[in-house]
Amino acid sequence: MCPFVQQVRMDNSLQRVKLSVHPSRALVDEEFVILVQNVPPGSPMTLHALHCSEDGHRWEACGHYIADSSGSINAADDCSVGGSYLGVEPMGLLWSLKPVPGSKPGLRMRKKDVQTPMVVAISVFNGHHSEAFVDQVSLASWVVERWYMAPGVRRIPVTEQQLTGTLFLPPGPGPFPGLLDLWGGGGQLVEYRSALLASHGIASLALDYLTNEFTTQTGKMVDNQYFETAYRVLQQHPQVLGSRIAMLGLSLGSVFTLKMAVYSPVVKLRCAVCISGSHIQPVSGGPQEMMDLFTRNIEKINFSEQNEVIWRSLLLPVPSDPSMKADVGRLRCPLLLVVGEDDQNWCTQESAADMEQMMARAGNDHLLTILSYPETGHLIEPPYTPHTPSSMYRGAGVDQKMMVLWGGKTPEHSAAQEDSWRKILTFLKKNLYGGSDPQAIHRSHL
Amino acid sequence: MSQAVPPVLSVQPSRALVDEKFSVQVENLPPGCPVTVRSLYQSEDKDFWEAYGHYVSDHRGTVSVSEDVSLGGTYTGKEQMGLIWSMRPAPGSREGLRLRKRDMCTPMLVTISVYRGHEDFRDQTALASALVERWHMAPGVQRIEVRERGVQGTLFVPPGPGPFPALLDLWGGGGGLQEYRAALLASRGFAALALEYLKADDSKPNSPGDKYFETAFEIIRAHPQVAPDRVGIIGLCFGTLVALSLAAEYPMIKPRCIVCLSNVHHKSRKNTVTEFPEEVPERFKTVGAMENVLVWRDMGLAVLKMQHPKIPVGNIDCPMLLINGTDDQNWPTVEVASDIIKMMREAGKESLVTRVDYPGAGHLIEPPFSPLFRATNFMLSGTRKKVMMLWGGKTKPHADAQEDSWRRILSFLQLHLYGDPSPKAKL
Repeated sequence: MCPFVQQVRMDNSLQRVKLSVHPSRALVDEEFVILVQNVPPGSPMTLHALHCSEDGHRWEACGHYIADSSGSINAADDCSVGGSYLGVEPMGLLWSLKPVPGSKPGLRMRKKDVQTPMVVAISVFNGHHSEAFVDQVSLASWVVERWYMAPGVRRIPVTEQQLTGTLFLPPGPGPFPGLLDLWGGGGQLVEYRSALLASHGIASLALDYLTNEFTTQTGKMVDNQYFETAYRVLQQHPQVLGSRIAMLGLSLGSVFTLKMAVYSPVVKLRCAVCISGSHIQPVSGGPQEMMDLFTRNIEKINFSEQNEVIWRSLLLPVPSDPSMKADVGRLRCPLLLVVGEDDQNWCTQESAADMEQMMARAGNDHLLTILSYPETGHLIEPPYTPHTPSSMYRGAGVDQKMMVLWGGKTPEHSAAQEDSWRKILTFLKKNLYGGSDPQAIHRSHL
Repeated sequence: MSQAVPPVLSVQPSRALVDEKFSVQVENLPPGCPVTVRSLYQSEDKDFWEAYGHYVSDHRGTVSVSEDVSLGGTYTGKEQMGLIWSMRPAPGSREGLRLRKRDMCTPMLVTISVYRGHEDFRDQTALASALVERWHMAPGVQRIEVRERGVQGTLFVPPGPGPFPALLDLWGGGGGLQEYRAALLASRGFAALALEYLKADDSKPNSPGDKYFETAFEIIRAHPQVAPDRVGIIGLCFGTLVALSLAAEYPMIKPRCIVCLSNVHHKSRKNTVTEFPEEVPERFKTVGAMENVLVWRDMGLAVLKMQHPKIPVGNIDCPMLLINGTDDQNWPTVEVASDIIKMMREAGKESLVTRVDYPGAGHLIEPPFSPLFRATNFMLSGTRKKVMMLWGGKTKPHADAQEDSWRRILSFLQLHLYGDPSPKAKL
């Protein structure tokens, strides 16, 4: 194979490698098509992605391809035979992004500013390489923007009644179905999932319930009324359909999603989604009581060979005491559970199995859908964002950071993120847009 | 009792380049419901432009603009992009407006909305709406202001290491610095220098004879990401005249190919290019004025009949793409194209020319989906008199011409500047 010069003149033509990524601007959960042309037929080529995160870390991914007889590579049809992902994976360059060698250990990629896009440089290199890309000149490159917010989505900080949250409204006059969006034990106000949901037509309120203004100032955790207040604020918003509100919780967020769905006289949900969560909780308590439960069981922590913290046994065994788990047999709305079978942080599988049993006994299991994914870890995020098998984590209110094992193998976990997100959106749209109202003819095909 | 969910309007993709299509869909309507889908855009000059189509939802309560037929409005029929190309100034606007984006680093923001019924939609609140971004610049395209050696312009370079073929981008008699076509060309893989050679102030336009264009070419060629032997010219109207002159009369320029939109090839009586825009209209003062609208087409026909100095196009040695509209009211560009070809034939070089005439298209052949500007305010160079200039064109044929010609232009440039016979080159 003769060396490939960047500017190859053959038969008086600038035989320049052409790279295109289409679309170059898209939402984070949309696919793109990468096409390489004008490459010598059969030649080995590497596709490379580089992203510089908001906190200044560099992430990269690569795929090894062989050009076909017309000198083309289409990442949607062709197999990657090496690199950070294998097989026919049109979005592999994004979901297999990993911190570049020499980076700090335990990094996690999370966009804080959702009003700007994630920018990724996609390049093509001659030959099959897996490292030292900085030392080489690419043959061609392209830039793509990945957005969490569609044009016209409005971002509205919510601080009334001591809430700390951000409401994202879809464009247009509305009114829109609403959703209360809860993240897990790390706290903070995490906006990106709500921004994306609003881009799909759902008015979504991202709520910080652990490191919110009130807790920061008083040192005390909020109680269950905080969630009810958030629900009411959403319900009463002039551009939200008060009778069409859902809740979505991940990890610790699912605990309160279930608590509200089952027990709250105020919160009336159209449907609920729990990702990587559990129903195990002191029924009569709120966030503080839940934290106390974790503290009491602290000796159930395990460690991996690399000394990563494994918390999955903390709430096990599943209690039989009814005061220690949400009585999902009383649920009146559809519930979607998303379970990672390699979840090393919560006992999601065992909890889902127990919930299924409880609902079968109560006769409301027709409301339950469980999506269970093999080799999938705890952090099940929107699609095409990198899988985090472990990271440096600090729980809300805790001083110390530790390396926590979340679990999952990257290819399977990424497939689960893609599949579950699509199913979550379908579930939400069906329950929020559809329903018994005769005016609403059909489920949305958006 | 649960509240009804209002209709939902979605546009895919919501962010795109201006030459890309989108699909508009409305769902959750009652079946068989008459609605109006409308686009609204507020220009940088704060004028409102709008387009609309009348539709009826199907049995599922859905309207799909790309699949369904518009029964009336600013466009009719099955027209996926009618909401953009049939835009016109909203009622009550100033006259003679033209839409030309100045800031390339921000997108055009178009609101697409749906209203109940086919009448009086402007009095209603929309049932639903969405916002669409239309960009001239792809992410990663570099925008470089060029202010060196007396040359003024803006250079756009595609993302990546290069080297890239390049173009000198010349607009017409309106003057100023128009960046939008050059930005779009760079988004399609061609470095492009939008050149300001006709200032908005009183100064004379730069002449092909002076060093201005040669220097501009040198600047392009010297850029580290440009392949210096692969530089062409794209021009419209007066820009065509300059392009033809540079290719025919200035051997050091040597463009690799030229694209001529709305062809002009006559020079002034003194055989200069620069004085042509002032001199000819002065001589034909009474020809072609329709009330207070100037129609220069007949003047051009008169000039064609005369023994008037012309660019010696027979000297041109590079491929040429000639694109014109048969309803051009500003200049008889189709007849000019025929004359150019006649001259090339006499020089034995007819094979270098590709010609496309678009029936019903006017003078201002812009990138695709641009609205038609049939007549706009224009300032005459020299006298600096403000007139209303008739450019011509009928809305739908003109839109088709813009869409089709852009595809052909990109294909032509791909073939002659990149040099590889791409399967898309179907000229």
